[in-house]
Amino acid sequence: MQKQKLVIIGNGMAPGRMLEHLFERAPVTYEVTIFNAEPRVNYDRIMLSPVLSGEKAYEDIIIHGDGWYIDHGITLYKGHKVTEIDRENKTVTSDQGVTESFDKLVIATGSNPFIVPVPGHDLAGVLAYRDLDDVTAMMLAAQSREKAVVIGGGLLGLEAAAGLRERGMDVTVVHLMDTLMERQLDPSAGYLLQKELESRDIAVKTGANTKRIIGDKKVTGLELESGEVIDCSLVVMAVGIRPNVALAQDAELEVERGIVVDSAMRTSDTDILALGECAQVDGRVYGLVAPLYDMAQVAACTLTDDFSKPFKHQDTATKLKVTGIDLFSVGDFAEGDDRDEIVLRDANAGIYKRVILQDNKIIGTVLYGDTSDGAWFNDLKKKQTDISDMRESLIFGQAYQGGAAMDPMTAVAALPDDAEICGCNGICKSKIVGTITEKGLTTLDEVRAHTKASASCGTCTGLVEQLMALTLGEEFDADAGSSMCPCTDLGHGDVRRLIKAKELKSIPAVMQELEWKTSCGCAKCRPALNYYLVCDWPDVYADDYQSRFINERVHANIQKDGTYSVVPRMWGGVTSSKELRAIADVVDKFDIPTVKVTGGQRIDMLGIKKEDLPAVWADLGEAGFISGQAYAKGLRTVKTCVGTDWCRFGTQDSTGLGIKLEKFMWGSWTPAKLKMAVSGCPRNCAESTCKDIGIICVDSGFEIHFAGAAGLDIKGTEVLGMVPSENEALEHVVALAQMYREQGHYLERIYKWAKRVGLDEIRKQIMDDEERRQEYFDRFVFSQRYAQVDPWSERVSGKDKHEFKPMAALELEAAE
Amino acid sequence: MSVVPLIQKEDLVDIGHIDEVPRRGARCVTSGDLRIAIFRTQDDQFFALEDKCPHKAGPLSQGIVHDGCVTCPLHNWVISLKSGEAQGADEGATQTFNVQVRGNRLLLDTAELIS
Ligand code: SRM
Ligand SMILES: Cc1cc2nc3c(=O)[nH]c(=O)nc-3n(C[C@H](O)[C@H](O)[C@H](O)COP(=O)(O)OP(=O)(O)OC[C@H]3O[C@@H](n4cnc5c(N)ncnc54)[C@H](O)[C@@H]3O)c2cc1C
Ligand code: SF4
Ligand code: FES
Repeated sequence: MQKQKLVIIGNGMAPGRMLEHLFERAPVTYEVTIFNAEPRVNYDRIMLSPVLSGEKAYEDIIIHGDGWYIDHGITLYKGHKVTEIDRENKTVTSDQGVTESFDKLVIATGSNPFIVPVPGHDLAGVLAYRDLDDVTAMMLAAQSREKAVVIGGGLLGLEAAAGLRERGMDVTVVHLMDTLMERQLDPSAGYLLQKELESRDIAVKTGANTKRIIGDKKVTGLELESGEVIDCSLVVMAVGIRPNVALAQDAELEVERGIVVDSAMRTSDTDILALGECAQVDGRVYGLVAPLYDMAQVAACTLTDDFSKPFKHQDTATKLKVTGIDLFSVGDFAEGDDRDEIVLRDANAGIYKRVILQDNKIIGTVLYGDTSDGAWFNDLKKKQTDISDMRESLIFGQAYQGGAAMDPMTAVAALPDDAEICGCNGICKSKIVGTITEKGLTTLDEVRAHTKASASCGTCTGLVEQLMALTLGEEFDADAGSSMCPCTDLGHGDVRRLIKAKELKSIPAVMQELEWKTSCGCAKCRPALNYYLVCDWPDVYADDYQSRFINERVHANIQKDGTYSVVPRMWGGVTSSKELRAIADVVDKFDIPTVKVTGGQRIDMLGIKKEDLPAVWADLGEAGFISGQAYAKGLRTVKTCVGTDWCRFGTQDSTGLGIKLEKFMWGSWTPAKLKMAVSGCPRNCAESTCKDIGIICVDSGFEIHFAGAAGLDIKGTEVLGMVPSENEALEHVVALAQMYREQGHYLERIYKWAKRVGLDEIRKQIMDDEERRQEYFDRFVFSQRYAQVDPWSERVSGKDKHEFKPMAALELEAAE
Repeated sequence: MSVVPLIQKEDLVDIGHIDEVPRRGARCVTSGDLRIAIFRTQDDQFFALEDKCPHKAGPLSQGIVHDGCVTCPLHNWVISLKSGEAQGADEGATQTFNVQVRGNRLLLDTAELIS
């Protein structure tokens, strides 16, 4: 049979889901062509906020990768906007001039963000919040760390505000109504939310109407009706969306607020379907994915001539995806004569719960601060359960029904089979439990892959895990994720302990004795094992270079184009004309494209071909340079300030101590990178208080700090203690580093390790227990005997030669 | 490094001794702009793939070799040495070539290079 042609306009979340259902029902009926105005594949739009806040990357939120389209024989026109539907000839045409004919057409053009037409709305620096390009633009703007105004205090606006704040901007939310998220929250919950945001340094102005956006070409501020002016360089408008119906209108399909469709998703032309935010069913348009996914299911049925399950409206619960803010709202919560309500407030805990009743049945729920009973209330509402019997205790939640309080586990167990667990995907309890048993699933990822539960916005992850625990009982290990990798069930801690206890001294020995499930491990466990063995048996273990990440294997940092960068040590950040001249010569000789001063007080040469590395190192070595180990899970830099040598405030020789530390500790491998700094006084110009280990010099001695972070996380250091002399400072720092080397899990920075083992424990062992400290110190010194070999000069003299040259070059010779 | 002339009639070309490729490692062979990575597994099987990750063209020869796969050094995609296909949820494939062991020598089938 010849395939029918299915053309889809728009490649958003709704049609993506529709195709999944369609291919499941009828894998060969249609030849599919998609036009997408966005130049990319289908991604999880609702996860843009975690991308904005930095919790996720774009790659993490792709739903269908390029390969998926190839596998299903789909033609995807990326960056093609359809400009015309010709119903007579059954074709569509894109702005790039491509025309495709169709037997069935699906319109899924989503919505357009509404832009308030105030003066200045078209200035550079005014953005909407709808797609990845908006997020990228916001992230760029945030780099300025300047001020941003978000217009609109609804779901999207607040997620944008929280994300921009995370990125370091000064954020003000301007909201027209008197309370935030008034469509989902009542004033009390809105008030609590506003307080929470304000405590995170997000300014909130309610009842505020924007008069104009100020600026000449670029935004410089925003003026409110009240006359107040807020300075800002970025304005994000998140005031609402309008179904994108222009195409359908031009094609003279029936359009009201959205494209009018029947309960089978057919428009007024039965060969044309519409779904997603652009569609209007039974007078309603939607802006959350749950109903859109229902539409997707219905449309897939319609395309395979199954009309048995028409679309039915259901209220969707709302949650705000801002880490640390728990709110839940569903249904109708306006007050009214015929309505009753039950309210619980706990001011201390910041909890507010309100259930709205009509004829003893729940019609709406608003929860703030504690949302654990959301699913239960929603279930009672959906089933229209008469709550008269439990009215007294209803508001306390499911745990309090019928006597003593239940623990969360019992509460989940008590949920009825058809209770909805994942709102986004409409997945109920029995479906999850059933699939776990049927398919023998044991991990959260598997449950996500097979049921889609917790795979969209992720707020139901806790519930899903509880269900897994219930279903799997003993077998369920919530920390399964904490096994090193899929090659073993053991966690890092167990493996480290067993390596010592059983005296395992090679990777094959570890894998054999600890019953590895794969023959030779994977890219996660091998580098970890290699580190543990290097650390525990420095004298006998033969470092396995094939188990090191490329950077550590070739002692340079790989760049995105496959070239490398080279960073020599500059002890304590101090250099000389001779060193600088040598670097300049190397740069000229090897035509190195970029030379950059790093954030670690030294110089980076970028864009060097792998073949050239040994020669570059040879020249640098001649000038006295050794590797800066800028690639290593090991000692990186020791930043210093000018200290007593020059500075009028310096109290000790911070530069000298920094150099001493670097010369003592270079070459040592650590669980994750180790960065240090020494500042000459509490003004702290070397930024010691955000380093893995830092020292602040004061008149009376040296204050040792540790467990700071300034990368993915930002955290000030903790004080380890004070010591009076430079030698003692060195001894304490070295002992601390060794304790971390012996106990840290691979890739665990010192602040995470410290959190795991406890600050007091570390202080006790390093500051108070002299014998212990001495032992750590001695073991470090012992291991340095084997570690302090400059890898560059080793390679210049021939080690690992094969790494740097191709083994053969084939030349094509002309035929004959 | 040896420069090996490539003659059209002969498809199998000697590219070197097997021990030039480290176990659980790789070496490259170039032909014009094309880089082919020759991989050697723990159990001495040899595979040849274009040195280009299907994700963002990362140099696969620089990755960690494990269980018949290599993990790309740039963003950790896992590529099957046998089929060239990305494993797990990632999708895409890298071109594979035929490499054979004869005695201690490695022979690369260059038919695909020439065509
Ligand atoms: C070169 C440099 C940027 C610069 O031009 O200044 C740099 C470059 C890279 N950093 Fe960095 N970081 C550099 C200073 C920093 C700093 C600032 C500092 O050291 O004072 C930080 C924040 C402090 C910290 O370490 O937390 C920093 C936090 C990171 C992180 C986040 C680490 C974390 O645990 O939070 C990564 C990612 C990682 O390691 O997984 C990273 C990873 C990287 C990598 C290795 C990315 C990669 O995997 O390819 C970059 C290598 C580029 C190259 O080839 O040189 N870089 N990086 C800096 C080199 C310093 C040096 O002389 O050694
Ligand atoms: C930041 C953000 C956070 C959100 N959070 C949540 C949440 O937590 N929970 C929730 O349920 N929902 C959330 N949503 C809403 C949810 O993402 C949308 O409801 C859903 O993505 C809509 O799907 P759709 O397929 O209808 O349209 P879309 O996903 O918008 O896709 C429409 C696509 O069609 C393309 N297109 C438009 N016109 C044309 C044309 N003429 N030719 C070709 N292509 C065209 C567009 O470029 C777009 O890619 C959020 C939305 C955003 C922006
Ligand atoms: S150098 Fe550091 S901050 Fe810059 S892009 Fe690379 S990892 Fe990111
Ligand atoms: S280039 Fe290989 S994983 Fe990205």
